[in-house]
Amino acid sequence: MPAGTLYRGREGMWSWVAHRVTGVLIFFFLFVHVLDTALVRVSPEAYDDTIAVYKTPVVAVMEYGLVAAVLFHALNGLRVVAVDFWSQGTRYQKQMLWTVVGLWLVLMAGAAYPVLGHAVREVFGS
Amino acid sequence: MSAVSSVSASEGTSPDNPAPLIEPPRARTARTPKATRTNFELYGWVFMRLSGIVLVVLVLGHLLIQLVLDGGVSKVSFAFVAGRWASPFWMAWDLIMLWLAMLHGANGLRTIINDYAQRDGTRFWLKMLLYTATVFTVLLGTLVIFTFDPNIR
Ligand code: HEM
Ligand code: HEM
Repeated sequence: MPAGTLYRGREGMWSWVAHRVTGVLIFFFLFVHVLDTALVRVSPEAYDDTIAVYKTPVVAVMEYGLVAAVLFHALNGLRVVAVDFWSQGTRYQKQMLWTVVGLWLVLMAGAAYPVLGHAVREVFGS
Repeated sequence: MSAVSSVSASEGTSPDNPAPLIEPPRARTARTPKATRTNFELYGWVFMRLSGIVLVVLVLGHLLIQLVLDGGVSKVSFAFVAGRWASPFWMAWDLIMLWLAMLHGANGLRTIINDYAQRDGTRFWLKMLLYTATVFTVLLGTLVIFTFDPNIR
C-alpha cells in the first residue's frame, strides 16, 4: 500500500467511511419518506397508491438495504459514543467493531424473512 | 546541558521586567474569528451523541413496527396510519423522531459539506440548500402530524 493514500486505514477508517455513507443514505431516505407520508393530507387513495410502491419486490430489497444501513449506523453510533465516553473505549474499539458486525449479521438474518418474505412469495408464487 | 537555564538566567525577569504574558491555548481574544467565538461545534458534537442514543430506540422501534410486526410493510395503509395517529403517544413518538432525526442528519451533512466542499461559494450554497430542505421537511412533517384528519373523505 503506497503511503499517504489512506488515512490510517484498517478498522477505524473503514467503519468511519461506512458510518458516513449510511448516515447520508438514511437522511436522503427520510426526506422522501416525509414527503410520501405527507400524502395522508391529500387523500387516502393518493397515500395508498404511493405506499403500494413500498410493497413491490424490488423496493422490498431496497428496504432490506435501508434496514442494513440503519442497523449498522445505529450499532456503530453506539460504538462511537463508547469510544468517546468510556475510559477503556479506545483500547477496545476494534473488539467493539467486531461485536457491532456480529450483532449486525444476526439482526440482518432475523430481518430477512419479515422484510423479504412477501417479495419472495410474490416472485416465486405460493 | 545548561543551555536552557543560561538563557532564562540571562533574561533576568523580575517585578520590574516581567515575563511576557502568554495567553492560554485557544483563549478567545478580540482577534478570534467570529465563527469560533462560541462553543457551537462542541454543542453540535454532544447533540450528535445524545440524539443518536435516543434515535436507536425511536428508529429501530419504528422499523420493527413498520416492517416486522403485524405482517410487515403489507399492512401499511391510510387506515393503519389513522389508527396509529389516534394515539397521542405515537404522535409524540413520530414528532420527536422527526425532529431528532432531521436535525441529527442535517448536522451530519453539514460536517460532510465542510469536509469536502473546498470553494467558499460551493460550501455556502450547499449548506443553504441543506438548511432549506431541512426546515421545509421538519415543518411539513410537523404540520402533517398535527393536522391529520382521519375523515378527510
Ligand atoms: C421502509 C421502512 C419504513 C416504513 C415502511 C415506514 C412507515 C411509516 C409510516 C406508515 C408512517 C406513518 C405514521 C406511523 O405509522 O407511525 C411513518 C412515519 C414516519 N417515519 Fe417511517 N417508515 C420506515 C422507515 C423510517 C425510517 C428509517 C425513519 C427514520 C430515519 C422513519 C421516520 C419516520 C418519521 C419521522 C415519520 C413521521 C412523518 C411525519 O411527521 O409526517 N421511517 N413511517
Ligand atoms: C439510529 C440511531 C443513530 C445513532 C446511534 C447515530 C449516531 C451517530 C453518531 C455518534 C454520529 C457522530 C459520528 C462522529 O462524530 O464521528 C453520527 C453521525 C451522523 N449521523 Fe447518525 N446516528 C443515528 C441515526 C441517524 C439517522 C436516522 C440519520 C439520518 C437522518 C443519521 C445521519 C448521520 C449523519 C449524516 C452523520 C455524519 C457522519 C459523518 O460526519 O461522518 N444518523 N451518528
